[in-house]
Amino acid sequence: MAKFSKKGSKGAPALSTASLPDIVFMILFFFMVSTTMRQTDRLVNVLLPEATEVAKLERKDLAAYIYIGTPILSRQAQYGTDARIQLNDSFKTIDDIRDFIAAERETRSEADRSFMTVTLKADENVRMGIITDIKQELRRTSALRIMYSARRAE
Amino acid sequence: MARPIQEINAGSMADIAFLLLIFFLMVTTMDVETGLQRRLPPMPDENQKQDDVKINKRNIMVVLLNDYDRLFAGGDLLDISQLKEKTKEFLSNPTNSEHLPEREIKHIEGWQEYAVSKGVISLQNTRGTSYKAYLAVQNELVKAVNEIRDEFAIQHFGKPYISLDEQKQKIVREAVPQFISEAEPKDTGKR
Repeated sequence: MAKFSKKGSKGAPALSTASLPDIVFMILFFFMVSTTMRQTDRLVNVLLPEATEVAKLERKDLAAYIYIGTPILSRQAQYGTDARIQLNDSFKTIDDIRDFIAAERETRSEADRSFMTVTLKADENVRMGIITDIKQELRRTSALRIMYSARRAE
Repeated sequence: MARPIQEINAGSMADIAFLLLIFFLMVTTMDVETGLQRRLPPMPDENQKQDDVKINKRNIMVVLLNDYDRLFAGGDLLDISQLKEKTKEFLSNPTNSEHLPEREIKHIEGWQEYAVSKGVISLQNTRGTSYKAYLAVQNELVKAVNEIRDEFAIQHFGKPYISLDEQKQKIVREAVPQFISEAEPKDTGKR
């Protein structure tokens, strides 16, 4: 019976943590694959309107973003509470859209340029006046593919 | 004599991995881009003489949103919940009414000839219209077209639009076109 005899009093065996890095790396790779880098800091408040018939944007790399909304609280002292346009990282006016689109076009490859989609991320309380102005400007620069960004309603 | 290989302490590997994980959690976003895709009409050439394309009055439905987000469609004051039915009736013209759009026999590539509706929806808004109301109307119009497409697909191919293959979807898209025209801004209202 010597085989099964206890060899002295032992504490609980140490839990092996050797596989912990593997598990964490697995989670890490999942996040690296499924997420995208945050590109810009929001300077405007945007609560997207709801819609039921939304479609997913197939190629995110072809999207150029225009944010429209009221400036965030910390910028209201400087820019007021009227709806403003944000391009990249700063407040811009309608006239800057032309340059913005041209710059965005430059960064895309030749073949993809005609498929560039301008995504309008506008707050639901914005008035259509500013949107119409943007649309007209986009037509003038012949950036005709646009997407009205919206949340999927249940 | 072969020395026993010394084991490398991998205890801190987990810490490093956690560090990277947390970094990625902070700087990335996971949101999916969803929205309504549209194609704007190209800007008319300035040198070209502006001749309005004469569209028969019965073929056009004006959907107007005013400063107070009131909705007019085809001359009636409507609630947003009624817009879809109105649009469907307009586009499909089930009773062959004189006042609803005419149909034009068109040969659809890879299929047969089909009487395609010539109806165009003209969406107009003022500067004071709220974006929320505007998008709700856009959504209803798209929904109406999608439902007609689904009905068409079930009638002719026995399956809803979404589960058809690419080629048949194209046929359906040609048979039930989505003509939503976002008109030139006309009035510059207040606000």
